[in-house]
Amino acid sequence: MFGYYLDLAIRSLRRNRVLTALMVVAIAAGIGASMTTLTVMHLLSGDPVPTRSNTLFYPQVDPDTSLTEHGEPADVMDYHSAVDLWRSHRADRETLVATAGAKLRAIDVRQPSLMIRVLATTADFFPMFDVPFQYGGGWQAADDESRARVAVISAQLNDKLFGGANSVGRSVRVRGSEVRIVGVLRPWRPSPQFYEVAGGRFSSGNTAGYYARPEDVMLPFFTGVEVAGDTFDVFNCWRVPDNFMHLPESPCSWVAMWVQLGSPAKVSGYARFLAGYAVQQKRLGRFTHADNTRLRGLMQWLDYNRVVPSDVRLQAWLAFAFLAVCLFNTIGLLLAKFLRRSGEIGVRRALGASRRAVFAQCLVEAGLIGLLGGMGGWLLTLLGLWLVRRQPAAYADLVHLDPLMFLTTFALAIAASLLAGLLPAFRASRVAPGLQLKTL
Amino acid sequence: MQIKPILSALRRHKAGTFLIAMQIALTLAIVCNALFIIQQRLAHLSEPTGVDEQNILVIQNEWVGSSTPAQADARIREDLRVLRELPGVADATASNSYPLRGSGWDDGVKLKADQLQDSSGATIYFGDERFLGTLGLKLAAGRNFRAEEITGMDVRDRLAPPVVMVTRALADKLFPGSDAVGQTIYLAGSPTTIVGVVDLLQAQSVDRWASAFAYRSVIVPRRLGISLGGFYIVRAMPGQLQDVMRAAPKALFANNPRRVINDEDGVLSFKEVRARAYERDRGMAILMGVICLVLLAITAAGIVGLTSFWVGQRRKQIGVRRALGATRQDILHYFMTENLLISVGGVLAGMLLAVAINLWLVTRFEMQRLSLLYLLGGVVILLLLGQGAVLAPAMRASRVPPVEAPRSV
Repeated sequence: MFGYYLDLAIRSLRRNRVLTALMVVAIAAGIGASMTTLTVMHLLSGDPVPTRSNTLFYPQVDPDTSLTEHGEPADVMDYHSAVDLWRSHRADRETLVATAGAKLRAIDVRQPSLMIRVLATTADFFPMFDVPFQYGGGWQAADDESRARVAVISAQLNDKLFGGANSVGRSVRVRGSEVRIVGVLRPWRPSPQFYEVAGGRFSSGNTAGYYARPEDVMLPFFTGVEVAGDTFDVFNCWRVPDNFMHLPESPCSWVAMWVQLGSPAKVSGYARFLAGYAVQQKRLGRFTHADNTRLRGLMQWLDYNRVVPSDVRLQAWLAFAFLAVCLFNTIGLLLAKFLRRSGEIGVRRALGASRRAVFAQCLVEAGLIGLLGGMGGWLLTLLGLWLVRRQPAAYADLVHLDPLMFLTTFALAIAASLLAGLLPAFRASRVAPGLQLKTL
Repeated sequence: MQIKPILSALRRHKAGTFLIAMQIALTLAIVCNALFIIQQRLAHLSEPTGVDEQNILVIQNEWVGSSTPAQADARIREDLRVLRELPGVADATASNSYPLRGSGWDDGVKLKADQLQDSSGATIYFGDERFLGTLGLKLAAGRNFRAEEITGMDVRDRLAPPVVMVTRALADKLFPGSDAVGQTIYLAGSPTTIVGVVDLLQAQSVDRWASAFAYRSVIVPRRLGISLGGFYIVRAMPGQLQDVMRAAPKALFANNPRRVINDEDGVLSFKEVRARAYERDRGMAILMGVICLVLLAITAAGIVGLTSFWVGQRRKQIGVRRALGATRQDILHYFMTENLLISVGGVLAGMLLAVAINLWLVTRFEMQRLSLLYLLGGVVILLLLGQGAVLAPAMRASRVPPVEAPRSV
């Protein structure tokens, strides 16, 4: 039966090519626009550590001693609090994160200095976030405290400096200090660059920067503090520092911390520990707002920071409104098309076709238009994504059509056209056989 | 033209009428809001900076190796001398930042030492006595810095300049209605005296988060002598910008090779600076424009399609009317009026929808309220679009010969 309907549908579509083309183009345009924005949304709002995002947590305390009103605690911690918490070792795994810009020069490689981004972190960073290695591996836990002069570098930097060869054991100079490479990462591009996300509530939706590439050089935390000195990125200072920019003692927040907690019991235990720490610090006179601590999960933290840029969200809404207009358009045209064939349908009904058969036949025709529109939509989506990749946004290089989104394109196109076909098909199936025969 | 017969005919095509009206309503709602977004973005990206943009270029210089603050300061002065001696250069100055750079040092300004909340946010620009002249800024009141007031500053130093200049926007905010020159303000915790007021100077960020203190800038008499380096702002003689852009980095390297000037964006003309700062806004405006056009085209095509179908369906009736004496004009007017009725229904619903969408955008995307002008503009566009789209099928209908009627009855 389906084959017969398909044959009828193809004949019908060929009969009025302009109208068919109009419907296919409308569906293709709607699908192209919505799938382009949906793909970008899908890539930007995904889970950056799918294997264990539900065990990763982001502790926050409120070290701000100024008298101004406090709402949420600072997005990242001051050095003192972060290092205290890290040294307590109360979580399964825990890591500190701070970033800086620095000049880098490879030793024995004749290349000019590069400006790169440096991540100062601790040994747990790599196993905790499933960071993949190409050569070597992360440093040992002891290296953090002993300020070992070691580094892990990105695949991209390894390609640039050493042509992609195994560079473990070679050295680079970061801000004039020599560090030995112990590991080279495989290409690693979490989306978003979650471990650095902070301050989303102040960004007015301009959050494309959260999708930047990870840093090129990763140093043990205390090595980094020694090497990068006063050049770390500071989130905020709650009063003017006495010794401008001597960061470890400054009244500034610039170190983020992540903990891994394997069970709900551990999570509530850590939250209690965090609250206790704040109370103790208040007693010591270092904090003024002790009850202002948070322990958000990774996805919760990303939500709180509204990581998906507002322009991307706005575009997605716009695209779906666009698709809605295209659908109304298609409904109208299908209605015209089916009812124009009232005579033909009347004959089929008089010859014994049931209402259901007419309905099914019309829907097959609508579905076929959806399939054609889906193909056009797929091509337009590829074009749209190509245009997005040419944008200067930090996430541009992430954008591609994955198999899931490829299938969604066709599913959405066919679903949309079937939806558009429902009313016209219903109306067509109500055509009374007798009345139409009379007018033939 | 009688409207009643048209209405009773439309009553027999409820579904089609409703679909066209809905399509018009949705299109109007989207087009109004999109046009409004385009206008907002365009207005934003054509805001002036106060700078002589035609002739300015910016060089980002980073030093290799470390140096004492005094050495760094000497190197900067040496670089400025080299730049100022270049043929085609009108003047040059050093700063920590420049307008539209995107980020940099913003700080709070207070009027009293013990004030809790800042009186205003402000961009902090470092500048010497030639800062105003190089950028082409106009002094509205007071005086410029004197050469002896300019000192070098390291990042570890506290910013405590004895005198500053402020922009008029900041002066008006801090001292509304009175003269700002000679007044004392607190910058980074220490008091300082305003000696000059600059007419117009944009902040370094034009993102929405910085819109609260747009155009409010403070110029401090300092040179940032840090090993990390800073920016040189150079003004070329009219028409010589390209030559200076090529010659300046060469001259700097010839004078002292221990530096990094990035190949890609180490030297930027102010035109490029502006393009970079507003890339996002321009992209969004273009996208909205394209969506509007495609949407209008699709809606027009839909109207053409459905009206053609109606014309085909009513050939007999048209023939009868023609045979009974209706002129071609009458038939044409019939379809035009029919479309106008549907369109009016559509735009009425669309206006409500447009306002609803706008209110939702206001809460979700920090948008402004839709101005009535855009609503009316959208209504006119869609009514014209409907009339234009219906014209071809209506003309075809008017050409239906009267003989068609009796033949097939």
